[in-house]
Amino acid sequence: MNAASSEPVISFEDVHLGFGDGDVLRGLSFRLLPRETKVLVGETGSGKTLILKLAAGLLKPIAGHVRVLGRDLGPMTEAQLLPFRREIGFVFQESALFDSMTVGDNVAYRLTEEGVEPSETDARVLEALTFVEMEHAVDKLPDELSGGMRRRVSIARALVSRPPIVLYDSPTAGLDPITSQTIITLILRLRDTQGVTSLLATHRLQDAFALANYGFDPAQNRVMKASLPELASRNGQPSTNFLFLREGKVYFEGGQQAVLESPDAYLRKFLV
Amino acid sequence: MATEPKWMDAEETSALAILLEPLKRQVQVLQDYSYLAARAIASLFSPPLYVNDLLQQMDIIGIGSLPIVLLTGAFIGAVMVLQTASQFERFGETALTGDIVSLALVRELGPAITGLLVAGRNASGMASELGSMLVTEQVDAMRAMGTDPDRKLVAPRLLATMCVLPLLTAMADFVGLTGGFIVSYFTLRIGAVEFWTRALNALEFSDLMQGMAKPVIFAFLLATIGCYKGLTVRGGTQGVGRATTQAVVASSVAILVSDFFLTKLALFLAGKSL
Repeated sequence: MNAASSEPVISFEDVHLGFGDGDVLRGLSFRLLPRETKVLVGETGSGKTLILKLAAGLLKPIAGHVRVLGRDLGPMTEAQLLPFRREIGFVFQESALFDSMTVGDNVAYRLTEEGVEPSETDARVLEALTFVEMEHAVDKLPDELSGGMRRRVSIARALVSRPPIVLYDSPTAGLDPITSQTIITLILRLRDTQGVTSLLATHRLQDAFALANYGFDPAQNRVMKASLPELASRNGQPSTNFLFLREGKVYFEGGQQAVLESPDAYLRKFLV
Repeated sequence: MATEPKWMDAEETSALAILLEPLKRQVQVLQDYSYLAARAIASLFSPPLYVNDLLQQMDIIGIGSLPIVLLTGAFIGAVMVLQTASQFERFGETALTGDIVSLALVRELGPAITGLLVAGRNASGMASELGSMLVTEQVDAMRAMGTDPDRKLVAPRLLATMCVLPLLTAMADFVGLTGGFIVSYFTLRIGAVEFWTRALNALEFSDLMQGMAKPVIFAFLLATIGCYKGLTVRGGTQGVGRATTQAVVASSVAILVSDFFLTKLALFLAGKSL
């Protein structure tokens, strides 16, 4: 890996954010390296979604710096941020599909906005929907889909423009275990076949461990235990890292092994 | 972080805060509303313009509102004749019915009633639709995909309303006069030639200007208020319901208040001011 590619894709430096009742984030700092998957773990209200929205430039910090792909988002205007956000895929917690559009139109939305040729748009929409195994639902409305299906379409919508970064906001929240597993498999495939850098918020540690323990082998086209060195680590560092939030700050940061071996009571609460 | 300098004791601060807080909130609301309206207008003058959304909104607002506007307009004209005829009969001046119905409808009732009907139907629709999109994060999703919600959601609704409300008003005026004529014919035995001649002759160019300029302003108010209320929803689905009600109330009040000042201005410009 060259020096340039080890520059952080996303970095938070002493970020503060609040909404009148005091700061939710109080001096948050972390870095996300290329092709790394960082799992944000924290209790409800700990600011996981805010971190993702800050990283997408949907919110601005009241203090500190948020840098994405080398650019400080703080001083950027909304007009500058709009085209910049096309570098980022965002999977919202409740999918946030446009309910008046069909599944196909939802997935095609970004390409249509960018003025991509209709024939290419159709091909890429089909490719994205096939990736999430939802190609049969192209003409359906979001209301006609189950929660898990909507989440899969939301992932297709995020990946259709092939962004280098994908942000996932609790992608398995409210889903049954089998559907959750399907979603995690999709995230694994996206990470391991397209090499996207991911920031994932969750309060379900089992999902995070699945990301750390499994990888998608494109050669065999299946998910497998991440004993393969190239799936398990990047330059000797785990490719999936955990970032525990507490009281608006990073409480703990490290790989799966470090989490499992930690005697800390707050961390162990999430392991139960 | 540095703490704020303390410049007043706690009791004074809270008393002042209690007095100033509602005022500050209202100023903030006015500022946010003005900013949204300015952004929406500005986005009409630069690409991209969402033509499909514009046509869709013109269909929803224009064609969708047509039946209630026509029905209401006809009955407003009809009831005006019933009310005025009895007064004119006392002086033997029933021929003036056409004049009064025409002037009242074109100058005042047509624009105001149509504005209020469209506010009730569409300002509420805009607030609830945009509010629902906001609480389900669809607006954030739009921003996350590089689309400006003011341009995509507000501007087409604003332009569509400003285009179709004058047309709806013109239709309301016509069916109002027709309704007035029908009632005049059957109750006062006023002939078609007499009614329509007097109705048209009573109107001056300034009356038509007044009658067509008002809907443009009313359209601006009801569309921007509806969109603003929708895009500032707080409190989930219950908040959407509140925003919908507030959009109707605020836009109706804004239409009626602005109507007074617009009438005053129009009469002044026409040299008819008291």
